[in-house]
Amino acid sequence: MPDQQPFEQPGEPRGPVAGTGTGGAMDLAASEAAGLAPDPGGPAPGGPAGRPRSLWSDAWHDLRRNPVFLLSALVICFLILIALWPSLIAPGNPLQCDLARAQDGPRPGHPFGYDGQGCDVYTRTVHGARASVTVGVCATLGVAVLGSVLGGLAGFFGGAWDAVLSRITDIFFAIPVVLGGLVLLSVITSSTVWPVVGFIVLLGWPQISRIARGAVITAKQHDYVQAARALGASNTRILLRHIAPNAVAPVIVVATIALGTYIALEATLSFLGVGLKPPSVSWGIEISAASPYVRNAPHALLWPAGALAVTVLAFIMLGDAVRDALDPKLR
Amino acid sequence: MATPSTAPTAPAPEPILEVRGLVKHYPLTRGVVFRKQIGAVKAVDGVDFVLGRGETLGIVGESGCGKSTVARLLCHLEQPTAGEIRYRGEDITKLSGKALKAVRRNIQMVFQDPYTSLNPRMTVGDIIGEPYEIHSEVAPKGDRRRRVQELLDVVGLNPEYVNRYPHQFSGGQRQRIGIARGLALRPEIIVADEPVSALDVSVQAQVINLMERLQAEFDLSYVFIAHDLSVVRHISDRVAVMYLGRIVETGTDEQIYEHATHPYTQALLSAVPGPDPQARERRERIVLSGDVPSPADIPSGCRFRTRCFKAQERCAVEVPLLAVPEEFRHTGGPAAHDSACHFAAERQAVRPKGREQAGEHKGAREPEGREEAGRPEPRDADGHNATNAS
Repeated sequence: MPDQQPFEQPGEPRGPVAGTGTGGAMDLAASEAAGLAPDPGGPAPGGPAGRPRSLWSDAWHDLRRNPVFLLSALVICFLILIALWPSLIAPGNPLQCDLARAQDGPRPGHPFGYDGQGCDVYTRTVHGARASVTVGVCATLGVAVLGSVLGGLAGFFGGAWDAVLSRITDIFFAIPVVLGGLVLLSVITSSTVWPVVGFIVLLGWPQISRIARGAVITAKQHDYVQAARALGASNTRILLRHIAPNAVAPVIVVATIALGTYIALEATLSFLGVGLKPPSVSWGIEISAASPYVRNAPHALLWPAGALAVTVLAFIMLGDAVRDALDPKLR
Repeated sequence: MATPSTAPTAPAPEPILEVRGLVKHYPLTRGVVFRKQIGAVKAVDGVDFVLGRGETLGIVGESGCGKSTVARLLCHLEQPTAGEIRYRGEDITKLSGKALKAVRRNIQMVFQDPYTSLNPRMTVGDIIGEPYEIHSEVAPKGDRRRRVQELLDVVGLNPEYVNRYPHQFSGGQRQRIGIARGLALRPEIIVADEPVSALDVSVQAQVINLMERLQAEFDLSYVFIAHDLSVVRHISDRVAVMYLGRIVETGTDEQIYEHATHPYTQALLSAVPGPDPQARERRERIVLSGDVPSPADIPSGCRFRTRCFKAQERCAVEVPLLAVPEEFRHTGGPAAHDSACHFAAERQAVRPKGREQAGEHKGAREPEGREEAGRPEPRDADGHNATNAS
């Protein structure tokens, strides 16, 4: 979204109002202002009219000082880093296993121990980040973008487009995820993550679409949308400047929570043999492989599951921080 | 009538907005796939009025009588089913694109609820500056911030508030922001849809006074919609009373408030609460029976007949026209104004004869009227109460 800043000259002193005798009514107004003006939360927002600010610059100003945001951003950056270059911290080969060491506990050089196949859990957890983070992030982005665009337009324009789209979402909701995955993915032989991402986007967008549609319908009924229309604002401007910022919060919340579900869904599909194929490594595959031996070798389950939990938590916290920063009432 | 007419038809100002036969019907449909129209909600059903330059036209009526729909039609937020809205002689109902955008510059709206009419996620500077972004030809980019601060000053807010958000303001201050946004493009007409109904009584007066001052300063014409009779009387030059999608009576504020001839207007006026408990006990209220009929099923003939205390057979057959009633046509005087009633007559309770002859109280806005309300004169409560609350 464009960070529109309507004013070009910051710091200009307030201009005297030429030819408008405001004296009489000003004192009346001033008394009201003095009596009723709530003190803005803290000195920074609403202070002297130095630089013009907008929702987005204020939100960024807030986020930079929010420890929750900084922590979750740090975790996410680290995840992206190891997803891109896992060998940076785990130089071993994740496919090199020794059955003799199956289910062994940690030992020097192998801090997380061994899994049921005698593979090093640490190496496999680090290398599994790539597939899991890719599936989680790409599927969530795809679902959020597709769902909010389709649902948002349906909510905004209504009419026939809305009716058709709502029936299509109903159809997609009726498809059972696992069965649909078995049918659709079994015909694809590719061993990359992209068929899985595509499948999740295909089945996931109706959920976001419904939420976005509802949020847009709520937002568009407000008088400020009518006011913009009375000013002659175009639909694009109304959607981008008035409706989107007021409808985005529920989409962020649901999308970040769904991110964890998608990583788990990839595991389910891989476990059924239609997701990632054997040479690939992912947290989901690790978790499903380790679950039968959880009483003998809990470490093989706990490390990849922990990585998954931290990832999901980081994204949820990031989404929460962004949502709060976009709500001026919480400042 | 002892007092001669106090100029009922003042020299009419040059008309800036003419509305003729304005109709807005919302279709009622049945069926999901095969929509069939089974009727229509006649929200506005033939409204005519003229707004002069620099004039304030007040529109009053109960909830659901179509006042707000008229406002939305004037601002082109809805497309009328029929009728014309002429701005400077040009019918604006069919305009689109650039021509419409140009007209929008000149007709702006102030909304009822200051809590939803300002985008909670925009700064005040962005809200008031948005008109300049949409009509970029009005102000060069570098000039906009200064103009926004000027506008804040004009409506009595601190120009340094530009970076605040709407929730940091009280209701009255928010309404000022809404007014500043409406003023940004220097419109000629402002349509105010119940601009003070959502505010505290103490703040209402401030906003009304601000609007009066701005009218003088910027040479504005107002269409002022409200259900509060006293507020409308305070600000309006002329008043139109609406019932069920039509104007039933229209005239200057004195003609309407002191010499109402339509039974509906009389009923409305008799319902205005007054501050004087003694007068309150003695005054005669006209209590209308029943509810407002559904706008989807409007009674035949006179639409007010189902609740009217004067209704006769003729009312069910013949639609009364909005014109000066026959019996007043030649008498002159303030009772001779447009009233859509077959049996139009002044109500004696509203205007006692004795006082009239004494010639004590002529001007509608005499402030002395407030003190007089305390006198134990049984029947003058209504006339005065209308002024008091403002």
